Amino acid sequence: MSFEVALPILIPLLTGALCVMFWRYNAIQRALSLVGSFALLAASIWLMVSVYNDGHVVMYMGNWEAPFGITLVADMLSAIMVVLTGMMAVAIAIYSLSSASPSHERFGYYPLMHLLLAGVAGSFLTGDIFNLYVWFEVMLVASFALLILGGERAQMEGAVKYVTLNLLSSAIFLSAIGLLYGLVGTLNMADIAVKLGEAENAGLIDVIAVMFLIAFGIKAAAFPLFFWLPASYHTGPVAVSALFAGLLTKVGVYALFRVFTLIFNQNVEFTHEILLWMAGFTMLTGVLGAAAQFEFRRILSFHIVSQIGYMILGLALFTPLALIGGVFYIMHHIIVKTNLFLISGITHRLLGTYDLKKLGGIYKSRPFLSILFLIPALSLAGIPPLSGFFAKFIIIRAGVEANAWVITGIALLVGLLTLYSMIKIWAEVFWKKLPKGLDDTALTEGKTSASTVVLYIPVVLLAICTLVIGLNGQPIYDFAEYSAAQLLNPQGYIDAVLGGAQ
Amino acid sequence: MEPVMAIAVGLMYAAAIYMMLRRSIVKLVIGLMLLSNAANLLIFTSAGMTRGAPPLIPEGAIVPDGIVADPLPQALILTAIVIAFGVLAFAVVLIHRAYNILRTDNLDQMKDTDT
Repeated sequence: MSFEVALPILIPLLTGALCVMFWRYNAIQRALSLVGSFALLAASIWLMVSVYNDGHVVMYMGNWEAPFGITLVADMLSAIMVVLTGMMAVAIAIYSLSSASPSHERFGYYPLMHLLLAGVAGSFLTGDIFNLYVWFEVMLVASFALLILGGERAQMEGAVKYVTLNLLSSAIFLSAIGLLYGLVGTLNMADIAVKLGEAENAGLIDVIAVMFLIAFGIKAAAFPLFFWLPASYHTGPVAVSALFAGLLTKVGVYALFRVFTLIFNQNVEFTHEILLWMAGFTMLTGVLGAAAQFEFRRILSFHIVSQIGYMILGLALFTPLALIGGVFYIMHHIIVKTNLFLISGITHRLLGTYDLKKLGGIYKSRPFLSILFLIPALSLAGIPPLSGFFAKFIIIRAGVEANAWVITGIALLVGLLTLYSMIKIWAEVFWKKLPKGLDDTALTEGKTSASTVVLYIPVVLLAICTLVIGLNGQPIYDFAEYSAAQLLNPQGYIDAVLGGAQ
Repeated sequence: MEPVMAIAVGLMYAAAIYMMLRRSIVKLVIGLMLLSNAANLLIFTSAGMTRGAPPLIPEGAIVPDGIVADPLPQALILTAIVIAFGVLAFAVVLIHRAYNILRTDNLDQMKDTDT
């Protein structure tokens, strides 16, 4: 019995339930949230250690044997994602101590946040395709409610689009599960992989594969189905935006990685060709969309879209090096992107707006914050020696080795345009003088209040992570290499899940 | 029976997409409801429509005798119905709140966050 696989799901669920019990006591909820997040991080690291030692960690729910009951499986990719979830949970929990307003806390901010984390961790760890749908819905319901906390105009408009497109994606996902079950008569992902290898109806398999591609493509905000993301992510409370930016779309990316390495690997020329085109257009449209924006969080939202393209590119090339690059990119991206959103929250605290035209002069009074911004921003653009450089380097090298010149060219161009967007933010928010006639008392007071210092803690921690990945990337690369080897050899996963039952 | 069900499922998907493409936000939610029901019916159909006994194993036996119905699709549909019910309840409250705040039910006028 490998209990550590269930812990990353149980801890946030329990924390959320306890927070509900202390509904009226915000201080207790805050403390619980902090403790729960650290516990989640600890449990996820424990899981990582077991996976590193054993390869796959499997747990059968209710002791039902593999193809019949629901299985929880952790391979290296799942373990990496869960550890990142734990890190983001800690960062957001600390940040929320200062950023969450009492009115949000009164309406269940902490319980929802932990329910969301449980849904995310569950999606990463389940080995059952229908169970994956259930965890997706757990995550979505929590995210719906978090997104509209506060109930402002823009939030309502954003939420209508977010809810509609995500429900559409769920319906497509569910239909695809139905068809897949009709074809193979099982829901266990490892068992599906075995049975699909024996199935004869190749045309139907392709149809189902494309349905999964569309469903997860919407969740991952890939081209052409990403429009809900830049319309909604910038509307919520900033800590929520940061959490969404780091984790939610990556759940879609993870599902793509899982499904298109384990289950749909028969017709790679067809499915991964579509993925390749998707990746190219996702990168381009995302980065061009960002170039047109002048709102801090909207620029970052469009960059989520463009970065998703790199991860899908890693999957689409489907070579060992490309998969290493894809996994490395996910690790780098979650940390960097969350950090950028957190920094946008600090500038909002200082000047009360996200509009680039009304921001300015931060470098003069807050040089430390400016440096903190530069670290993730330059990392996102791929400047050495930061984490983004190595992530991009691996993927582009894989592209060159696969002779995919067009897509490699696009990836390089998009890196350049990302740098342009980051320089735009730098110039407008930090470098230029503050526009006249704006209230800058919070900025020029000089002394940073204690509650703002709390906002800096997660930003500094995540910036250190970025630097460590950049300057000492070898261990991280080893993790990515380990997981890529597992992804390319699904037999190990299948044996771990089905073999244990015999 | 399958062709009839297949046509019914197709019609439900078509109706759902049609409703979702209308301008009214209420029709959007009706479209979402139809869509989730269509998906449930699809699971039911694609899992095979055999006329069988309840999947109960007689006392003392290891396997059921005769043809039994597959209980798993029904469990899936039950789960999906519950989830869809919860999510749609949220969606209904959301459009109510959205109407109160935005004072419009026209999706074409909800474009402020798009550009």
